[in-house]
Amino acid sequence: MACWGHGRNVVAEPLLSVKGLSKQFGGVVAADDLNLDVLPGEIHAVIGPNGAGKTTMLNLLSGQLKPDRGTIRFAGGDIARLSPAGRSHLGLARSFQITSIFRDFSVLDNVALAIQAHDGHGFRFWRPARGEERLRGPAARVLEQVGLGARSDMLAGNLAHGEQRQLEIAVALATRPRLLLLDEPMAGMGRDASDRMIEFLRSLKGEYAMLLVEHDMDAVFALADRITVLVYGRAIASGTPEEIRADRDVRDAYLGDDEAA
Amino acid sequence: MTFALVVEQTLNGVQLGILLFLLAAGLTLVFGIMDFVNLAHGSFYMVGAFFAATFAQWTGNFVAGVALALPATLAVGIVVELVAVRTLYARDHLDHVLATFGLVLFFNELVRLVWGPEGRSIRLPVVLDGSVDLPLGITYSIYRLVIIGAGLMVALGLYILVNRTRIGMLIRAGASNRTMVGALGINIKFLFTIIFGLGAALAGFAGMLVTPVTQAEIGMGEQILIVALVVIVIGGIGSIRGAFIAAIITGLIDTMGRSFLDVLLLTVMSSNAAEAAGPALSSMMIYILMAAVLFFRPQGLFPPRGV
Amino acid sequence: MRNAITSRRGIVTLAVFAVIASMPVLGPALGQPFYVDVFTRVMIWGIAAVSLNLILGYGGMISFGHAAYLGLAGYTIGIMSDAGIDNGFLQWPVALAVCGLAALVIGAICLRTRGLYFIMITLAFGQMIFFLGVSSDRYGSNDGLPIYSRSEFKLGGAELDLGNGTLFYYVTFVLLLASIYAVYRIVNSRFGMVIRGSKSNEARMNAIGVSTYRYKLTAFVIAGVMCGVAGVLMANFERFVSPDTMDWPQSGEMIFMVVLGGIGSLFGPVLGAAVFLLLSEFLSNIMESKNIIFGPFLILVVLFARGGVNGLLGSRAERRG
Repeated sequence: MACWGHGRNVVAEPLLSVKGLSKQFGGVVAADDLNLDVLPGEIHAVIGPNGAGKTTMLNLLSGQLKPDRGTIRFAGGDIARLSPAGRSHLGLARSFQITSIFRDFSVLDNVALAIQAHDGHGFRFWRPARGEERLRGPAARVLEQVGLGARSDMLAGNLAHGEQRQLEIAVALATRPRLLLLDEPMAGMGRDASDRMIEFLRSLKGEYAMLLVEHDMDAVFALADRITVLVYGRAIASGTPEEIRADRDVRDAYLGDDEAA
Repeated sequence: MTFALVVEQTLNGVQLGILLFLLAAGLTLVFGIMDFVNLAHGSFYMVGAFFAATFAQWTGNFVAGVALALPATLAVGIVVELVAVRTLYARDHLDHVLATFGLVLFFNELVRLVWGPEGRSIRLPVVLDGSVDLPLGITYSIYRLVIIGAGLMVALGLYILVNRTRIGMLIRAGASNRTMVGALGINIKFLFTIIFGLGAALAGFAGMLVTPVTQAEIGMGEQILIVALVVIVIGGIGSIRGAFIAAIITGLIDTMGRSFLDVLLLTVMSSNAAEAAGPALSSMMIYILMAAVLFFRPQGLFPPRGV
Repeated sequence: MRNAITSRRGIVTLAVFAVIASMPVLGPALGQPFYVDVFTRVMIWGIAAVSLNLILGYGGMISFGHAAYLGLAGYTIGIMSDAGIDNGFLQWPVALAVCGLAALVIGAICLRTRGLYFIMITLAFGQMIFFLGVSSDRYGSNDGLPIYSRSEFKLGGAELDLGNGTLFYYVTFVLLLASIYAVYRIVNSRFGMVIRGSKSNEARMNAIGVSTYRYKLTAFVIAGVMCGVAGVLMANFERFVSPDTMDWPQSGEMIFMVVLGGIGSLFGPVLGAAVFLLLSEFLSNIMESKNIIFGPFLILVVLFARGGVNGLLGSRAERRG
């Protein structure tokens, strides 16, 4: 496995550090002794052919799945056994490959609910939540930030596809995360929408660390500080975009050569 | 609590378990493969019983009555699938529950209109009526042994069907991956209709078997349906093997609980208290069992692989 | 809420409640005093359906054992009355506490499961409580338990006499309105947003940092207690409780009322209960076997009118959403 140092961030402690992560489904190995880290403020992209285990990896990181072996250190502690909700409270947020929002909620309610989730006090039974400036204000600001301010009162399910993906990221941002796990945020988008999403993610760069799973190579090379290549649940290469572009193994993997693994 | 009584009640428990399995097998297949909740499954049990009673009366022979009632129940199952159930697969579980609840009301009323409010009984042929001497001085009803035997044969038949035939391969594939079966170019609609009809016939068969012991009655399917639901929940939805094992366990626990629980309670409490608690507790035993199983294994004892 | 009042739905809802409110006068005036009884039942089932709607309509929990609380509350009243305790200030809180406790235990186990399992397990627990009633020889088993005196509410010299039909009617009416208002407040509160969010998208709810189990369990208990109110009223109205009160078809009918009225709508369950009971009353007057119509009717509603009465009253655009 190729591994290169990264001069700019060499002093920083990784925010997320995955060691020896493994997961099997029946006989199928979805994550095989996976090692990976994300430094504060960096965009780390994970690429690989279909079925390489990218979504499984995100599910392991966000807690939808529990690993068979391995550790996931995040913000100083091992979170491998923590529930998804618990991880969210430590500052982990994610988007799903298939857009996951509250479709029958208004756009603003989607974000306000995420604000509420991190405000504590969910067990309030009487006061109308929609009247709480404490939730609405921050929610509206997040929507402005992602450019959905004008859509606040629309039903989320009625948004255009690209806007729904933006909303999902707004919901993630509303939990004030330290690390965003993004599962193909550009999936199903046209060129324009996907360019806007790239611009938007770039504007978040530095503020949030991101682990980005993406098929769109233009997006990956435009955004990533580092790229890891996943094949059959294994990281076969990791490095800067330039290094990955030049790596023979990576080309072989994409051509479907099993020997590369 | 003599030894002979324990053996007899054990056999009764197995017999109840067999009947439960016949119901549960169809339910669990339909649940597992079509992801469909069918509360009207007990109606097939009832319809089968009434068919058998009528056909047995016409032909003057119980076995001939069952032979005619089986295809008739199969046909009812297929018609129900084609008319009502088919359009519901794509809907959510709430719709399944409500629509099949409507079917239950409809079938109860239909049977009342066709057969009248009275129950129907079946006289057994002489060969089946009576009891047989088993070893160790135990006598047991021949017919109940026949039920056990018939049920075991059906179980074996199902096992072979599911594990050794092409349609069984499709059933297993369907239980774990529906789109795959579609991709194989199989007419999935046809497969669903067949499975649904088969399940209906199995439930009807259970109703036919039980009628000579009790009788065919309106609403007879509902109580046993709920026990059959308990069975498939314990066994793991979609698993025939789980349904079989859970059915036998449930049958045994229910029968043994009703027979011996008050005696057991007497050893730990006063006779008054035992008399009061015995029946209450024994009728709740299978639900307590279910709760306990779910508490430790929310997916049941034998969740089918890949589900 | 404001523009809802001027909509078609608002007008119909208002009209229905106006009819309910005036029935003790209207019924006798029309020469149909038994309408008062029919509408008392509509209101009692309305409360039950409103309580079920909280978890079913807003929380997505398809509980098929909700009638159990009707029976548990009724039996608590009956058993206390049988033991000579007629004081309503004791009876009612105990009955509601029994329902809350039962809901806590049942919910704690059932909510560990999802989907089909949840439906079947709530159904099984409902039947378990049904059999508890059947096997209680001391309290009438299958034949049920007559309740000879209604709950007494005496405070100082004042007495609320539930034996007075009109008074009982309006007590029920007030409790119906109160339960609707409570659900209105709850579903719009922070707690309610979590419940609705977990129905809408549970995985997303977890991902934004909420473990939904405790919230759902709390809602399950609230609904159980609220249905207990209906049970308490039913026991006092019918002066009788039997295992049939909590047999599974009752739970099925309760779900149907919610769906018929419009799932997840505030007043829908009451409209559903009204349509259900009035139609059922009407059909049993004109034919012996009403279920031959009722069963297929239920299927047709499921197939073609998923929004229920509430949806039919709404605009075309609303029906989509």
